[in-house]
Amino acid sequence: MIKQTPLTIRTSPHLKKVLTVPQIMRNVVYALLPVCAWAVWQFGISALALIIVTTLSCMATEQLFTAISGKKSTLSDYSVVITGILLALTLPPGFPLWMAAVAGFIAVALGKMLFGGLGQNPFNPALVGRAFVQAAFPVSITTWTPGFLPERFTSFIPSSLALPFMSPADSSAWIAGQVDAYSSATPLSLFKFEQVSTSTSDLLLGMVSGSSGETSALLVLLCGGFLIARGIMSWKIPCAVILGALLTATPFWLMNADVYPTPLFVIFSGGLMLAAMFMATDMVGTPLTPTGIWIYGLFIGFLTVIIRLFGGLPEGAMYAVLVANALAPLIDSVTQPRAFGTRLKQQPGEEA
Amino acid sequence: MSLFNQQGFLRLPWQGNSFANGIHPEDHKELTEHKPIRRMPFSNKIIVPLSQSIGAPAKPVVSKGQDVVRGEPIAEAGGFVSAPIHAPVTGTVAAVDELVSMPNGSKTPAILIDTWPSSDQTIRYLQPRDTKVMSADDLVKAVQDAGVVGLGGAAFPTHVKMKAPKGKTIKTLVANGCECEPYLTCDHRTMLEYTDNLLKGLQLAMVTSGAEKAIIGIEDNKMDAVEKIRKAIVAHQLTNITCEAVPTCYPQGAEKMLLKSLLGLEVPAGGIPADIGCAVFNVGTLAQIGELVPEGRGLIERIVTVSGPGVSKPGNYIIPLGTPLPFVLEQVGAIDNPGMIILGGPMMGTSIATRDIATTKGITGILVFPPEQLPSSHEPEMPCIGCRACVEACPMYLNPSMLGKLADASRHQEMMDEFHLMNCFECGCCSNSCPANIPLTQKIRVAKQSIRQKARSAG
Repeated sequence: MIKQTPLTIRTSPHLKKVLTVPQIMRNVVYALLPVCAWAVWQFGISALALIIVTTLSCMATEQLFTAISGKKSTLSDYSVVITGILLALTLPPGFPLWMAAVAGFIAVALGKMLFGGLGQNPFNPALVGRAFVQAAFPVSITTWTPGFLPERFTSFIPSSLALPFMSPADSSAWIAGQVDAYSSATPLSLFKFEQVSTSTSDLLLGMVSGSSGETSALLVLLCGGFLIARGIMSWKIPCAVILGALLTATPFWLMNADVYPTPLFVIFSGGLMLAAMFMATDMVGTPLTPTGIWIYGLFIGFLTVIIRLFGGLPEGAMYAVLVANALAPLIDSVTQPRAFGTRLKQQPGEEA
Repeated sequence: MSLFNQQGFLRLPWQGNSFANGIHPEDHKELTEHKPIRRMPFSNKIIVPLSQSIGAPAKPVVSKGQDVVRGEPIAEAGGFVSAPIHAPVTGTVAAVDELVSMPNGSKTPAILIDTWPSSDQTIRYLQPRDTKVMSADDLVKAVQDAGVVGLGGAAFPTHVKMKAPKGKTIKTLVANGCECEPYLTCDHRTMLEYTDNLLKGLQLAMVTSGAEKAIIGIEDNKMDAVEKIRKAIVAHQLTNITCEAVPTCYPQGAEKMLLKSLLGLEVPAGGIPADIGCAVFNVGTLAQIGELVPEGRGLIERIVTVSGPGVSKPGNYIIPLGTPLPFVLEQVGAIDNPGMIILGGPMMGTSIATRDIATTKGITGILVFPPEQLPSSHEPEMPCIGCRACVEACPMYLNPSMLGKLADASRHQEMMDEFHLMNCFECGCCSNSCPANIPLTQKIRVAKQSIRQKARSAG
């Protein structure tokens, strides 16, 4: 008799879908690249440097923590790359690079690794980093630069190159040297503090100032659409966030259109689209249940609008996502799906 | 069909008539679905295991040295939930002993028959009868005498299901022709080639159960079978039988899912189809009943899909029960050193540790995979990232992600009390869809076993 090789035994199911966590994460990185490209096109080498610095800082932090704890490097799952890129996209283009590096460290250290790494973090790490620098460097994070300056590819925005612990150089002279009159205010702050509305087409196409990755709502929408079309991301959360924002903004606008912005302005301005597509959908901090994700998304949309209309800050998407992340376990526990065969009501055709 | 789906959301027009959730694995049915059923030759040794169905093993009624005729009973039922066994070949009983392995490797009693090389293997052991004049009880008895068990893989003795349980009435019979497991096409071919037997068997089951109507449910990737059966229904003027196409989606063939798709009813958790006035039979089982009961003979062979990348002649074969696996592999041109052999489908089937087994009534498929082409990868488990893929895949609306985390912490009681652990029927959708390679089904299975064990030692 021929010698037979032993058979492999495993328990069912024997079939495995091919999509893996690194593949999901890599696709999200791909989807973010056009947004990055637009940021670089609009704001020049400063935006490019910002993206590179935050990404490297995030990766280095994750590597440091895994090395300290003696675990295998987890860089290959690509999740930290997403954190790095997303963080850069939420920062002003002229944000000092050393502060960006700090933000990257805080994002991964405080937002992810201290909780135990991938899958354990209750909050979106990029937003943890963003929230930290919002508190630590309030001036730099609200200093905006107009896009499409002629010298954007040849020289850095002066504030980018500020030395650590020095107050950043004033960029206004650099900007004034290129354009006569400029307003660097974002559409949201223009509206909030000066009641000036920006046209929807400018918002969609990104012809406004703002954080490096949030200016073109249309591009963000398309990149998110790519992920949805590939079956990597569910359409439900982005839909719920936008719906929540529309439902909250519309009554106010109907009541007093002079004071409150149009619903379209609300969903296309600021970081709402980026938050809806790439922040709120970060799988780790979202509820698991089918009903829960709708509640979660609607809540983010609602809270964003409320903060924008009544809060002290022009932007609210970041805090809305963080608060919703904190609520996710609670939402989960109250929306457990009804198991099959446990009835909601008497079934049709069934004898009593 | 209700306006809302199971989770309370509006059912959208394109969502069709189906249970929610489930998955769509690659089905690989193209390997065998268009090939007519062929008969496999008789091997010179036939090893018939005595335990071929759920329930008590059969008791042998033959002894060593005795000659048996193909179709003759060689073992009687070991109880009500048990089925007799008939000689698959004409030959001589060479031994009655622990001869053959169960899929898990343990030995089990079997009857070894040396096939007569010169026999023409005609079935001489039959008692044709007129099923039209038989009473319901006689028909149920005839099904039990024929040794028919569920041929969909569960191998539950069929006669037990053919009468309504005490205190319950059966209104609707459902013939399950979904065959949602990848690779398997034996039911598909049966529906195409044994349509009349299937309808005959269904009518007999309607008589015994007292059902007023019957529905044949078939996944819509087998529309040729749907059309064939619909034509036959019209030709025979069977007004109380309909044939319905249901969406192709795994696990559509689970009886609870099929009932939900066809009737919009949910079998209560922990209950059986009879609780909602239904009984579900696999189409292969019904086709056998339709053939065996009128002829008055026993189940001695079954149609098995032999397929997979390790087989050069994949197809559906009529294989005598008890044919040793190495003989089957040789006949279909299987590779010499397979990496994995699965009995049944790749989602719920068993991978076997040894080739020392024989075909039984419950084997729907034999799938052979070369070592470099194993169906499941063995990538390392990653942390759960909460992607919801498992929750959206679970046909029982459980929360496999949560169950997996609780299983890791051995919080079995909590899994059962709060997360409906026992409702899981281990279809494998959650493990299949998990991008982090977490073996969720396997963890849930272990937890279920631990709970059962605890209950057994307590009771």
